[in-house]
Amino acid sequence: MTVYLVRRILQALLVVLAMSLIVFIGVYAIGDPVEILISPDADQIERERAVQALGLDLPLWQQYAVFLTKALQGDLGRSFVYNEPALKLILQRMPATMELAFGATILALIIGLPLGLYAGLRPDGRFSRMIMAGSILGFSLPTFWVGLMLIMVFAVYLGWLPSTGRGETGTLLGMQWSFLTWDGLRHMAMPAINLSLFKISLVIRLTRAGVRETMLMDYVKFARAKGLSPARVTFVHVFKNILIPVVTVVGLELGSTIAFSVVTESVFAWPGMGKLIIDSINVLDRPVIVAYLMLIVLMFIAINLIVDLTYSMLDPRVRLESKGT
Amino acid sequence: MSDAVIAAKPADKVETPFRRFVSEFAESKVALGGLVVFVIIALLAIFAPWITPQNPYDLAELDIMDGRMEPGTVGGAGFTYWLGTDDQGRDMLSGIIYGLRISLTVGAGSALIACLIGASLGLLAAYAGGRTDSVIMRLVDLQLSFPTILAALMILAFLGKGIMNVVIALVLVEWAYYARTVRGTALVERRREYIEAAQCLALPTHRVLFRHLLPNCLPPLIVVGTMQVARAIALEATLSFLGLGVPITEPSLGLLIANGYEYMLSGKYWISFYPGIALLITIVSINLVGDQLRDVLNPRLKK
Repeated sequence: MTVYLVRRILQALLVVLAMSLIVFIGVYAIGDPVEILISPDADQIERERAVQALGLDLPLWQQYAVFLTKALQGDLGRSFVYNEPALKLILQRMPATMELAFGATILALIIGLPLGLYAGLRPDGRFSRMIMAGSILGFSLPTFWVGLMLIMVFAVYLGWLPSTGRGETGTLLGMQWSFLTWDGLRHMAMPAINLSLFKISLVIRLTRAGVRETMLMDYVKFARAKGLSPARVTFVHVFKNILIPVVTVVGLELGSTIAFSVVTESVFAWPGMGKLIIDSINVLDRPVIVAYLMLIVLMFIAINLIVDLTYSMLDPRVRLESKGT
Repeated sequence: MSDAVIAAKPADKVETPFRRFVSEFAESKVALGGLVVFVIIALLAIFAPWITPQNPYDLAELDIMDGRMEPGTVGGAGFTYWLGTDDQGRDMLSGIIYGLRISLTVGAGSALIACLIGASLGLLAAYAGGRTDSVIMRLVDLQLSFPTILAALMILAFLGKGIMNVVIALVLVEWAYYARTVRGTALVERRREYIEAAQCLALPTHRVLFRHLLPNCLPPLIVVGTMQVARAIALEATLSFLGLGVPITEPSLGLLIANGYEYMLSGKYWISFYPGIALLITIVSINLVGDQLRDVLNPRLKK
């Protein structure tokens, strides 16, 4: 297990390094930030001073070396636009994105698991068909359009919910959270539902597919033949086994939910990391783009690691395999 | 797979694998409906110039005085705007049908290219094994660990806007799904006797790969391919909505929706609403077909 852990962490570090190079080159090799950031009225001397201040006059590899050394010290550069540390900017907006992503995940599990289980147990029932049709819809509906429609119905026509912003926030652990106040929750409702639609469908389908395949397994037939109650078969023999793929996917999805919140945040003007990154791409605020990407990559790798470990706890077969290699 | 089934059950009517497949697919009326709708949409897109009352890209045909008209109004050009007009006086119906063209082309085109690249690499990985396999699969893992929207955003941030760049971004984002699918199937198939037989006959590698191995990896590839077309269309729309996709002069469905965003808050819903419905119908119909394909082609669900 320790060898496995060490190897996984080394692998992860390598990926981080590779990604930092890709991101850095991708972001710094295109366009010219000088054109965008320095006012066209500036004279030559002002320009040069600005270029030097931003470190844009160095060769690319030196910029990367500087970037990497500083990154290891937790300094991912200063935003060209806000003139603040990029990391700080992103971390400031992180709670907003996090609460949105977690809210969406919780919604997806609460709604998705029971519906998926039901649809899997009675694949031909009318209600099951409705659930599945709904899940296809949830998969097919483009997030941004659903967001617009939610705004149209609940904000413009009915006027029940506010359409943009975070609303009032409460303080917890020195950070601002919307879910602590009623007004914040009202602001969070639509974005969270919007973000969770795709995941609800995913959980429903995974659960249903898992149940259908597991029900055909010999051990389920055997458990039934033994005369166990249907409830026990369902919840102990079937449910436990389908939890593995569901846990994996939901865990992995947390990362992509954070990434996908880019769209939801843009629609609802939710001041999170996603909104920041879109704005930054539009003005080529490179340190922020790079910092955001590095942070997301780190987060992804951490999530992958945690899911792998959880996996090996849930499924002994994985544990044995990793010992063998 | 299907050969064995046919041999075991001598049918009175000649049952080819294809006929069997068609009849199983047609078991679901919903999927059949999806297929019909998709064919209609594709036909609309192909014959757009002969169907639409207006060429929405020809600025000379647009009348700015007809801007933001409600659905059903008769415009200055003498025909009815059944779905209203956008801020530039563009007939939404024409705009949507032309937008479908772009969305479908970008979606199907990128899926096809991604499929070619991904399937080839997947086959290679499974067949060559060893270092080639691990290098390719590391790349796949890296790609898949990165959410599609983010990878696409980044690629577009690097390359800039434009239809070609959107296609490149979509291909780079999606090839890994094909590679993984094909490799998974090919790994199982390559241990079968018929591959061994082909190798014993000293057939050239490319022939074994493409004539023997690939056809037997097709079922899962078709399922993934269908779903990926829908995903590509949705992703393109999302990118365009965020302002990073196709240019404003030839809007796809996503851009049409984005154009209507600001007007929606003042109750002019149709500029965003109808392109969204068109997008939705397209994606749902493709997904319905893909869903049924998956059920039909998955041997684990066979009774």
